Amino acid sequence: METILTTHFANERYRHVDAYVELGGYSALRKALAMEKAQIVDEVKKANLRGRGGAGFPAGVKWGFLPKDLSRPRVLVINADEGEPGTFKDREIMRRTPHLLLEGIAISSFAMTIHTSYIYIRGEFVREAKVLEEAVAEAYGKGYLGKNILGSGFDIDVTVHRGAGAYICGEETSLINSLEGKRGWPRIKPPFPAAVGAFGLPTIVNNVETIADIPWIVTNGGDKFAALGVEKNGGTRLIGVSGAVNRPGVYELPAGVNLREIIYTHAGGIKDGKELKAVIPGGSSTPVLRPDEIDVTYDIESMGKIGTMPGSGGVIVIPEGTCMVRALSVLMNFYAHESCGQCTPCREGTGWLSKIVRRIENGEGREGDVELILDVCDNMMGRTICPLADAAVMPAQSFLWKFREEFDLHIKSKKCPYGYRF
Amino acid sequence: MSVTFSDSARREFDRLLTRYPDREAVILPALYLAQGEFGYVSDEAIEYIAGLLGVTPSRIEGVATFYTMFNRKPVGKYHVQICRNISCSLLGAEHLIEHVSKKLGVRPGETTPDGKFTLTKAECLGSCGTAPVMQVNDDYHENLTEEKIDALLDGLP
Repeated sequence: METILTTHFANERYRHVDAYVELGGYSALRKALAMEKAQIVDEVKKANLRGRGGAGFPAGVKWGFLPKDLSRPRVLVINADEGEPGTFKDREIMRRTPHLLLEGIAISSFAMTIHTSYIYIRGEFVREAKVLEEAVAEAYGKGYLGKNILGSGFDIDVTVHRGAGAYICGEETSLINSLEGKRGWPRIKPPFPAAVGAFGLPTIVNNVETIADIPWIVTNGGDKFAALGVEKNGGTRLIGVSGAVNRPGVYELPAGVNLREIIYTHAGGIKDGKELKAVIPGGSSTPVLRPDEIDVTYDIESMGKIGTMPGSGGVIVIPEGTCMVRALSVLMNFYAHESCGQCTPCREGTGWLSKIVRRIENGEGREGDVELILDVCDNMMGRTICPLADAAVMPAQSFLWKFREEFDLHIKSKKCPYGYRF
Repeated sequence: MSVTFSDSARREFDRLLTRYPDREAVILPALYLAQGEFGYVSDEAIEYIAGLLGVTPSRIEGVATFYTMFNRKPVGKYHVQICRNISCSLLGAEHLIEHVSKKLGVRPGETTPDGKFTLTKAECLGSCGTAPVMQVNDDYHENLTEEKIDALLDGLP
């Protein structure tokens, strides 16, 4: 199976520039610097590279939103704020192949005529930020970054910028505010970042994995990348499988892999020989699936048809014997904690969802609580500046729709049948 | 009590100023520098950073209080943060939090009387494939068990 990102994950030396170059690293940058900029963007468009942060927006199209006028400098921001529960892939790229990301940044910057770039990495990843900083220093030393890269006359500055523990900063306009030294409050769009982004400048925000795919696309061509996946979803995806499986971890698989195969073949099936109870397929915000729904291709369109999404590639496997009310309680507590407080429906709504689900779990649920949750959801979905409210609503609604009987049983029997409290 | 950056922190602060088109972008990195230098982000540290950047202390405080990683109060020598989100929870994180809570004799959010440990329940640390996970100061500890935690915490000087 063709791999793009994980090929040298096991090689400890690969995080340093010498080993990276020995194994062909930075040759895509040399190739790109000899290409027309528009030609590079065309290859990315042909590749059907969809943003890997969760929204799945086509990367080449996003790049095309930059204003044609070059009079204002532009900024590239790499979203390395990996915070969606169940998602743990970008960390692997950053700590195992940091130069792949830097080469992607250099090529993308050149293609979009960008001279300033920031890697916004979540604050908890202290060690990964250090690996990146060392790699940046190495790349400057070898002339892959800095002034006049590889004698091309093109300058690129890259700065590693640490976040400080706020899930909301994974949302691109919140991330931009945070980068500017503000509270991480999302901005109203339009204007979109491509027009007015970081420091008031045209800005492109791309996920780590998205940009790490760029060198391969330049070397092998967009068509070849597209062919690795399925229609409209090119390439491979890093899929993180966690929860109750025998072999949790990050797997690089073709974008058209089947979800059942991810869980049972690659991740080795359910731990302790148990039965599967549910799967949260693409990070904690994505609607939950029942075991009879997992024979589905793991691409945006196929997952969309059954009302969910592959999101940020985080497959969370829930085994039999798990209290679904408790699982939802854990999630709702998270969203209430992470709501930035700017929009009333989200600030109040996430708080109420958390409280109501918790009281059901603790045997204090009331008749009508399920309807109340669904009503609160209706008053949150689509009514806020950013999608955090939606991200809380999607698991809440889907847990209720698909596991309603557990909620009813908690309320009726005034206790958790699994004997939990939250 | 007024505070001042050491020479090396001051040099780092000055270097950071050259990396952004706007001075205020240095607020987050400066708060990290302050936390490293003074142990936590005190009122004095906020005033000091505000003075360096030429903004009001409330501008800095508004940022410092938004982000969970800036400690406005002193924390223990070792800040033990155990993830309690979904993947860790499915593999028994709550039992580990209870275990550490009993072991250290503090509830989450508290610091041991000798100032050695602060225990915190953390939200997703982004290492779900090696759950359960905790972070002690800058380092992640993965695939945790009670025995592993005991050995680690007992071995800290």
